[in-house]
Amino acid sequence: MKAKELKTAGAVAKDLEVSIGRVFDGTWAEPVGPTPFPSITDLRKWDFKLLQRYKPFYMPFCDVCCLCTFGKCDLTGDKRGACGLNMAAQQARIVLLACCIGAATHTGHARHLLEHLIDKFGRRFPIAVGGMNVEIEAPVTRLVTGIRPRILGDLGAVLDYCETEVTHLLAACHTGQEGSNLDFESKVFHAGMIDQVGMEVADMVQISAYGFPKADPEAPLTEIGWGVADVSKPVILVIGHNVPSSISIIDYLKDEGMYGDVEVVGICCTAIDVTRYSHSLAKIVGPISWQLRFIRSGIPDLIVVDEQCIRADALMEAQRIRAPIIASSPKNCLGLEDRTESLALEIISDLAEGKASGVLILDPEKVGEVAVRTVMAVAPERKKFKVIPDVEAILTAAHECTQCNECRRACPNDLPIPDAMKVAAKGDLTPLAEILSDCVGCARCESACPNGFPLHSFMVKAGEQSLAEEKFKIRVGRGAIQDIEIREVGGPIVLGEIPGVVALVGCANYPHGGREVAEMAEEFAKRNYIVTATGCAAMSIAMVKDEEGKTLYEKYPGDFGAGGIVNVGSCVSNPHIAGAAIKIASIFAKIPLRSNYEEIADYVYTRVGAVGVAWGAMSQKAASIASGFWRLGVPVIVGPHGSKYRRMLLGRKDCEEDWYDYDARTGDRVYVGPTPEHLFFAAETKEEAMVMIAKLCIRPADTTKGRAIKLTHYIDLHKRLYGVLPDDLHLFVRTQADIPITMKGEVLQVLEKKKWKEGRIINIPTLLPRLIRDRRE
Amino acid sequence: MAIAEPWQTAEIGGPKKALVITKPAVVVAMIKKAKHPILVVGHEAVETEVGKKKAIDVIIDLAKAAEIPVVATAHIVGEVVQRDFRPAAWMPAVDIGNRLKDSKWSGLDGGGQYDLALFVGIPYYMEWVILSGLKHFAFNHLTTISLDRFYQPQATWSFPNTAIESWAENLTVIGDELGGDV
Repeated sequence: MKAKELKTAGAVAKDLEVSIGRVFDGTWAEPVGPTPFPSITDLRKWDFKLLQRYKPFYMPFCDVCCLCTFGKCDLTGDKRGACGLNMAAQQARIVLLACCIGAATHTGHARHLLEHLIDKFGRRFPIAVGGMNVEIEAPVTRLVTGIRPRILGDLGAVLDYCETEVTHLLAACHTGQEGSNLDFESKVFHAGMIDQVGMEVADMVQISAYGFPKADPEAPLTEIGWGVADVSKPVILVIGHNVPSSISIIDYLKDEGMYGDVEVVGICCTAIDVTRYSHSLAKIVGPISWQLRFIRSGIPDLIVVDEQCIRADALMEAQRIRAPIIASSPKNCLGLEDRTESLALEIISDLAEGKASGVLILDPEKVGEVAVRTVMAVAPERKKFKVIPDVEAILTAAHECTQCNECRRACPNDLPIPDAMKVAAKGDLTPLAEILSDCVGCARCESACPNGFPLHSFMVKAGEQSLAEEKFKIRVGRGAIQDIEIREVGGPIVLGEIPGVVALVGCANYPHGGREVAEMAEEFAKRNYIVTATGCAAMSIAMVKDEEGKTLYEKYPGDFGAGGIVNVGSCVSNPHIAGAAIKIASIFAKIPLRSNYEEIADYVYTRVGAVGVAWGAMSQKAASIASGFWRLGVPVIVGPHGSKYRRMLLGRKDCEEDWYDYDARTGDRVYVGPTPEHLFFAAETKEEAMVMIAKLCIRPADTTKGRAIKLTHYIDLHKRLYGVLPDDLHLFVRTQADIPITMKGEVLQVLEKKKWKEGRIINIPTLLPRLIRDRRE
Repeated sequence: MAIAEPWQTAEIGGPKKALVITKPAVVVAMIKKAKHPILVVGHEAVETEVGKKKAIDVIIDLAKAAEIPVVATAHIVGEVVQRDFRPAAWMPAVDIGNRLKDSKWSGLDGGGQYDLALFVGIPYYMEWVILSGLKHFAFNHLTTISLDRFYQPQATWSFPNTAIESWAENLTVIGDELGGDV
């Protein structure tokens, strides 16, 4: 329904357009696209196009289903469960469950932030993520919902939509609902898309209301590392993802003139976000896996946890070092007494006197005061009490160690802890220290040890010296990518002259420590790719220095350009990366953006050489983040542990018939090669990942110059890391003009062996028949 | 039948679990019986030391003796070629897993799908899930054997958890019995 002017007793509305219960912004000239607020089936056809090319390879992590009282049902092979479900559908269903958890987590995070910030700043507070530099403030939200949010209050309807969709998706997981694995997979994509919207809302509102860097390529540097805390001061450690309680601590310190009296340090994304708020008053300890090592060091005098990625035993670990803990999220209450309504002074007194080891406070403002006042009271008494054993205790344990191997068999990375203990028995702790660099900090070794040895603490003690020296610089999360940056790089990316955008994202479940992520970042920045980063990966990139003591953030620029290393922020900042790809389609190619998902995704898939890399992907959030990129046509690589997500989306380059796109000019179906070859891929080693990154940036629309540049990097990396030329070049060379000039001889030899024949180049490839200009079909 | 436990304690497979290889002769017999076998070698083969050799040396000798085509996964093809051995192909572990799943795959040599796939040297947990994929989706046409020194419950056949020296000896015996000079 449209109304030029609508008058009621209380208000006058002009240019009002009402569509199925939602209010659309009538001042936005761009027409509403085909799929505003898409339902769980509206983009199913698009999903099936991708799934036809990238068929799921299921690698079940469990052979049974135990979700209902029919079960456990053995689904091995071609068996079906009591409900009729087979193994393929069950695996897809579990993937969907994981992605629903991820999407719900980010959406819940966004809802909490939005409500809190509306309470604090009002619903009319303007959304501003980049001032004049960012006209398209919410590319994902615009694309998916068709809403152009201007004020905080506009986002309620967006989150209503996300919450509804997640509920429908979760409902599809119920026994007796979906029966097709491919339909489950389509819903996985939908969960990922919803997740991107939820994350975008979360980051938009916190950037706007808290004044985080607004698309600033020169966002300031701040400190990161185990050794950054000034241990002469009381130390507050914040852990989690949802930043209001951490910000209230900073505000309280500022308001009370206690600048410099207290150290505020953080772990995981809340640390990233609190440094976006104040890079001078807050510091980052490290990624998620740094929790135990830092808590047990006794350095924190008080711990504040919010939500997500917090160890479930945080309370127990805090009690061990006699540090009070404040839980501040309704999603993570830790069994603590709710003291939200108590007077701050009473809570402070109870915590300081040890009457309570922790409290739940669901009012961020109160958390600030209680945390600061409590830490001032407890720090002098605690005297940095730690539970890291001394060397003598390690040596005694090492002598008692029976080499039963239980620790090693529990370790995700199969670290040779028994061997290190054997050497420790001789007085040499070096192997224990070395192991720490590959340790993901899970402490499963300790749970498994029949002697109850605190093996993780042994490693921390052995590596104490290097931990204390851990001081690096990280560029504060900059937020969105500027429209002007997109205008500058859009052409070179689409034409292939900037060889690709590499997004290093995700958790810290690394197979060999975070240094591999830093290595990937530098390799591709040197090669003039655009390297973007978020979350724990953004931290790991910082935690390596060169011979001159410089970190990558000090060596490489923070702008979204060739050779940049761009920290956009925390987990919820990931949509800035997706948004950059969307904005290339919208700003550079001028494709209508508003609720036009399929066409934009088709453009990104066929033209924008972007690839996500979640080298340490661990969580359900990482799964949903990846699935949001898949639907948009951006492939994702995970590390070997990512194989435990139990299904890959793999192309078959040996099946020629799978790789035909339409030429949008003529309608011809043209072989475009396996570009990109995979949509979701687990690499066994970092070398394999690096070669695959270069390969997955190849797109059908590359110009000959662009393709030659991309092939140069693919071939060069393959030769260096594999020791031989790639054997699939015939699939990527379309005409002789694609061949890198400096590699012509050797490439031609390969092509000759493969009986290569010159093919066709299409400038406007598409998977969508409706986009064919000259319709012959 | 011997009982074996997965190397990573919690990586329990089943109800259907790998049969335990109690002696190398079992593998020899399986290879001899196979019409179209293939050996998939992961990157840990070039990192694992067996006495004065690398595991990859022992495995190449075995492959030569058995005349089995080798697929090198991850980045190790250069290491393999340096040893004057030409693998049939190199490709990521998940890719060869995906192809082995497909009953209509024409194989690396055009000879059709394989009937026996031997795995070695892929990280334990990654090989675990790939073998799981094959157990569930390739059971009609493929038998899998883990040649690693740790029990892989998702294979059709697997060695139990074995000391490195015994494991190397097992591989050597397999090579010897297949007529090689390991």
